[in-house]
Amino acid sequence: MGLNTSRRWNRFMKYSPLTLLMLPGLAYLLINNYMPMFGMFIAFKNINYSKGILGSDWIGFKNFEYLFKTSDAFIITRNTILYNATFIIIGTILAIVFAILLNEVRKKVLSRFYQSVIVLPHLISFVVVGYLAYAAFSMETGFMNKTILPLLGIEEISWYTEPKYWPYILTLVHLWKSIGFSCIIYLASIISIDSEYYEAATLDGANKWQQIRAITIPLITPVIVMLTLLGIGRIFYSDFGLFYQVPMNTGMIADTTNVIDTYVYKGLMISGDIGMASAAGVYQSIVGFVLVLLANYVVRKINRENALF
Amino acid sequence: MALENKGLNWIANLVLSLFAAACLIPFALLIIASLSSESSIIQNGYTFFPSEFSLSAYDYLWGHSIELGRAYGITILITVVGTAVSLAITSALAYPLSRRDMPLRNFWTFVVFFTMLFNGGLVPTYLVYTQLFDIKNTIFGLLIPGLLMNGFNVLLVRTFFLTSIPPALIEAANIDGAGEIKTFYKIVLPLSLPIMATIGLFQAISYWNDWFNGLIYLTDSRLFGIQTILTKMITDIQFLTSSSNAAGSASHAAAELPSTSVRMAIAAIGVLPILIAYPFFQKYFVKGITIGAVK
Repeated sequence: MGLNTSRRWNRFMKYSPLTLLMLPGLAYLLINNYMPMFGMFIAFKNINYSKGILGSDWIGFKNFEYLFKTSDAFIITRNTILYNATFIIIGTILAIVFAILLNEVRKKVLSRFYQSVIVLPHLISFVVVGYLAYAAFSMETGFMNKTILPLLGIEEISWYTEPKYWPYILTLVHLWKSIGFSCIIYLASIISIDSEYYEAATLDGANKWQQIRAITIPLITPVIVMLTLLGIGRIFYSDFGLFYQVPMNTGMIADTTNVIDTYVYKGLMISGDIGMASAAGVYQSIVGFVLVLLANYVVRKINRENALF
Repeated sequence: MALENKGLNWIANLVLSLFAAACLIPFALLIIASLSSESSIIQNGYTFFPSEFSLSAYDYLWGHSIELGRAYGITILITVVGTAVSLAITSALAYPLSRRDMPLRNFWTFVVFFTMLFNGGLVPTYLVYTQLFDIKNTIFGLLIPGLLMNGFNVLLVRTFFLTSIPPALIEAANIDGAGEIKTFYKIVLPLSLPIMATIGLFQAISYWNDWFNGLIYLTDSRLFGIQTILTKMITDIQFLTSSSNAAGSASHAAAELPSTSVRMAIAAIGVLPILIAYPFFQKYFVKGITIGAVK
């Protein structure tokens, strides 16, 4: 007994410096991640600041009932999923095409130049992207209305008040900002393909196009599948910056620009409707979590090694 | 054969130079528009060939150099401090998790990993930080929420330690009488410079670019960083004039605000430092993207 406790004590002392090292990081995760997880109970309360958060009344699923009675719940869910699905499909295809082409650029200097330039948009904050979009789409002074449309003989368009254009604009901006990034990831996996495959194929008389179809694409398929499934796992989360900054928070186009994340933000910070905002947040967290687990399950079925867990 | 390869090389160069141009041109438009005169913009819109150049937008911003200088100071401060603290706590958490002999190692790794799968969302996070920790309108509001550390980086560094630091080296240090903490910063960290530099670069970029914390946790304009000022001015171009004190605003009355070019000039001021610095770190940025992706 005594020996056992002293051994335990020794073990504890031996690892106490390492435990100490972990403390600041773990404390941060507790505050930044775990406390908000437990804080999700507020979605089941009628928050009243004068009573305090803990003292506010429990109201069960009332906040959720209100949320799903409005048309908002449908609109934000539809927008979030449709945008992300579009981004995943078009983004993946374009990134792969660009990666394959990038791999065909012979001059190393040029290839490196292209790589640095196409990831530049990824480096810029979404506020700045919002300004760039404004330079293009402003009603009175935008490049589209003042230069492009007159050249095509089309009337000026009031972009920031017309919901129907925004699915195209937001998709374009998203692709502009993110394709370079995923292109580099695909390029890395193309470069790692053993060059002997291509040499053998060339000896057999396969042309470039056949090589791409029979070697490159099949060999990067695991990466494509993994990145796509990860994207599907995150389909309930959207890039807040894209949907907040680029439409410049304009109410008239909310129908096609409002997603779950902007809805939660507006509920919390602008309209002060914490009940609805937290209900939408919990809805997002739970469905999002289930989707991550599902996506991972599918990855595991296909290829254990690529699974997250 | 050779001809066909040459053709593909040409197509690749053509497509990629068009794409590269599409990535650069918006910035060119922004900068040229910021240098255009107000009347030229009102007549022809933002264009690459304005009928008249003018520095009046920068003149106006120069009149607010105190506020803008302060905002830059805050952005630089949170970028430097945030990145340093982030590297310290990320690596300090990752190191014990990489030690195969560490008790409860798998449990703590799961605690880190789980934060990547599930989160409480904005509302509870906001309430924890504002109600429990009273972070609103303090510099900590810019520094701490969301950005300081993330599970992904911890696991990335842990994997680096696991694969690149030979356990024999750590044992040898222990036998020589170096304590665990000393071993960590005298031996493990110096061998981990590549991963530290990569994560540090990406952390610095996130701090530099962050406008979200400013939007959520700040109302006091004296604490605004440059990105928060940009966020305010995108919808309220008068922001600098109306937020500055009497002395500044008297000489720059709203009436003479060249608002269309100022809008571009403030964005140019926000983005130029990063565009100028980019050629110097682009190599590490491009490399870093794949390090994160292959895990």
